[in-house]
Amino acid sequence: MAWIDEFKVRIPSSTTEGQKVQERIISRLEEIGFPARGIFGVRLALEEALVNAIKHGNGLDPNKHVSVVCQISQEKVRVVIEDEGAGFRLQDVPDPTDDENLEKPCGRGIMLMRAFLSVVEYNERGNRVILEKHRNDDAAPSLS
Amino acid sequence: MGSGTRRLDIEEIGDITIAKFIDKKILDENNIQVIGNQLFGLVDEEGRTKIVLDFSNVEYLSSAALGKLITMEKKVKAAKGKLRLCCIRPEIYEVFAITKLNRLFKICEDQERALEGF
Repeated sequence: MAWIDEFKVRIPSSTTEGQKVQERIISRLEEIGFPARGIFGVRLALEEALVNAIKHGNGLDPNKHVSVVCQISQEKVRVVIEDEGAGFRLQDVPDPTDDENLEKPCGRGIMLMRAFLSVVEYNERGNRVILEKHRNDDAAPSLS
Repeated sequence: MGSGTRRLDIEEIGDITIAKFIDKKILDENNIQVIGNQLFGLVDEEGRTKIVLDFSNVEYLSSAALGKLITMEKKVKAAKGKLRLCCIRPEIYEVFAITKLNRLFKICEDQERALEGF
């Protein structure tokens, strides 16, 4: 895979810092003409994943950091986000679309990431997520 | 209204309030907090109960923003009012459909349809 851009940053647990990383990645995708629909999904997923890492993973602890590795090619963008928290078990996250959860104000981030991206994979500990959006993956998100 | 710059354009038609989001991106936490406070103020402080939320300007919406909309829906319902959402572009509508929140909210195509049936 020929990456045309590749960078790694380590940010403090601040959503403002998360926004800066997000803007950097999105600007680069816009520069290389990544499809607008794909960019929509990547921006949404980055917001959700970074907020999860900063707030839920690191608990906004100023002494903890989030590392972000971004690789961009003409075919895809790949972002790996890792926090310093204890992690979580994916199977413990309730389905936000169940009737009893539908009116709860939180718990929809992972579902949105999965719907809009090509790949969303967590490590076993649950403190690192791999996000990928493939250029040719422009299918409408699954509504099932 | 909540603190900070105004994030909603307010228009009144009879006893109905149309609140139009000014921001294109309702994404980051701080922003969402301010927008949420201004939305809640319409009900809690100003006693408005018939409210249309106009999403014409909105290009991005995160799950945290959905959370504020759910709380807003509950507040309006508790005040025996009605909330309508309108002018939602297709990508944003997908966010509602994926999370099945299109079942919770009354979503209308445009303002005209949203104003009907209050």
